[in-house]
Amino acid sequence: MIATMTPIVELDWLNQKRGSARSRFEELGFPTVNNEDWRFTDVSPIARTVFAAASSAGRAERFLTAGAGGPLLDASGADYFKAERLPGLPGFSSGLQLVFINGRYAPHLSQLTESDQACAGSLAAWLKNDPDKIQPWLAREGHASAFAALNTAFFSDGAVVYLPKGAQPKEPIRLLFISTPSPEPTAVYPRILIVAESGAGAVVVEEYAGLDGSVCFNNVVAEIELGDNAGLEHYKIQRESPAAFHVASTEVRQGRDSRYVSHSLSWGGSLTRNDVSVLLDAEGAGCSLNGLYMVSGTQLVDNHTKIDHARPHTTSRELYKGVLDGRSRAVFNGTIIVRPNAQKISSVQANRNLLLSEHCRVDTKPEFKIFANDVQCKHGATIGQLSSEAIFYLRSRGIEEQEARRILVYAFMSEMVELIGLRPLRRALRHYV
Amino acid sequence: MLEIKDLYASAGDNPILRGINLKVKAGEVHAVMGPNGSGKSTLAHVLAGRDGFKATAGFALYERKDLLAMAPEIRSREGVFLAFQYPVEIPGVSNKYFLKAAYNSLRKHRGQEETSAGAFLKLVREKAKLVEMDQALVDRPVNEGFSGGEKKRNEILQLAVLEPKLAILDETDSGLDIDALKIVASGINALRSPQRAFIVVTHYQRLLNYIVPDFVHVLVGGRIVKSGGKDLALELEEKGYGWIEEKHGAAIEAA
Repeated sequence: MIATMTPIVELDWLNQKRGSARSRFEELGFPTVNNEDWRFTDVSPIARTVFAAASSAGRAERFLTAGAGGPLLDASGADYFKAERLPGLPGFSSGLQLVFINGRYAPHLSQLTESDQACAGSLAAWLKNDPDKIQPWLAREGHASAFAALNTAFFSDGAVVYLPKGAQPKEPIRLLFISTPSPEPTAVYPRILIVAESGAGAVVVEEYAGLDGSVCFNNVVAEIELGDNAGLEHYKIQRESPAAFHVASTEVRQGRDSRYVSHSLSWGGSLTRNDVSVLLDAEGAGCSLNGLYMVSGTQLVDNHTKIDHARPHTTSRELYKGVLDGRSRAVFNGTIIVRPNAQKISSVQANRNLLLSEHCRVDTKPEFKIFANDVQCKHGATIGQLSSEAIFYLRSRGIEEQEARRILVYAFMSEMVELIGLRPLRRALRHYV
Repeated sequence: MLEIKDLYASAGDNPILRGINLKVKAGEVHAVMGPNGSGKSTLAHVLAGRDGFKATAGFALYERKDLLAMAPEIRSREGVFLAFQYPVEIPGVSNKYFLKAAYNSLRKHRGQEETSAGAFLKLVREKAKLVEMDQALVDRPVNEGFSGGEKKRNEILQLAVLEPKLAILDETDSGLDIDALKIVASGINALRSPQRAFIVVTHYQRLLNYIVPDFVHVLVGGRIVKSGGKDLALELEEKGYGWIEEKHGAAIEAA
């Protein structure tokens, strides 16, 4: 069912973690819809597909640079796709960029200067060159989820971003994962580790793109550790090919007065599951989780978030918005936990959905588990349709019906787009949606 | 410009209009008055092409073309404008963007180039002065959080930008205090011209002190039961609608 790649390096501590993750997966098995956390998302299409190990990086790269229809990537890797092959966002990062083809690091498509290497690089290289530095953070916790355990058991490469004390790179750091078509379905286990030491801060863009025709299963785990007063603006963009499976687990732990802002944008893939879990582990820590999903056809997108207010004076803000068309489905589950001594916390959560057809479906569920008494918590969920009144209003001013609908859909999403701090991405999205 | 002949129409399944006859020429201002439920707003909606309002008999010719066969956006581009009784709030779309999309679809319809951003801003600034509208409201999302008066002024701003040939004002005066009413009325008066006609639908005579009509029509039970000059409005103000309903109600019931 799942093919594996041989790990590049053998490290005792890592082998031990892989071993226990493997038994954890064997014990859990693939989740079924009887599992409360997976009630609305049937992963049997993943479980019953036979995945091969991804083709070698070299072959995939040749495809990208000399594939039918001309090269997809130019020599510098900066303009990494031609619009007609992979429509979407233009390249925007002039800074550090790590490119992965089918899970393998592609050095000469990446932009990584000598001086960058102190704070970023491929996971395989870090495990080879400086394993001690990342040992405390990598696979730190045992995994609750079967998919995350599977990643720990089998990952072979991925990205490391390590920001030493006070480091503040000016340019966004881009991690780009590309899937290419292959004769048989392939499975990849990208692993990401982001550590920001005290006072460090950065913008990291984690992006998954796939060429049409690739049946790929990306099973991602990202671990993020923010030290005291550290900050991270994290973008996760999922725009894989229509046949792709994408399951991702993002685990964040925040130190005192740290700030984590996440923008999760999903519109690719046939089945997408994002788990985001944030542990507000010290006073003054705050997070903002923003999500935007756009699905149509028979796509399914499932966002599960969990924010754990473990300490007093922590704050969380969460807004997920979705637009559904065709027979697509969306699931949102937002758990907020407030621990017994976590007084004076503040938490606001909302999930809003716009349904463009009668055949799509949304299951949305806010879950508050509050064990403290001096807290401020608010939540809300809505599911609605385009207002026929508003459509008529626009038409009565001469605007074509289709254009009126487009304007109103954009109006619904614009709130999320305008929250995006990264200007080139915000502008690209304004054009895209 | 507009000729309505024996027009019957329903709102949903309810027959509301029962044989409307009305001729409007360029440059004229017609007031349509009547008690609640008489069909005033239905008439406005049928002419603008709103979903759920359907003509069941008769016709409406606009510049000798079948108005009722046109999609709402075509009616607008051909020069028919409805100022809404309840303008719609559209969060996420700026007023400026909305106006520009409307203005450009009009220009496209006429075979003209899209306007430049600079020229359009200048136009809007100029027209906003007509209704004493703050530039800040032009940049805000369409009608979101606007007061009643601001919403109505926004309707007149759209009217000023799109420069229709036939403007239908649906209860533009309702819910306005006297100051807001004066501003809206003076904006409308500034837009009166020999080429442009107005149909002013209102429940109250008060508006007609500021927008003086050429003709006044009284709508009762889905029919125009009385037409006259501006003095008819004053008579209605004095006597109310009761006497006219009594006089014509029985006849309508019988029909």
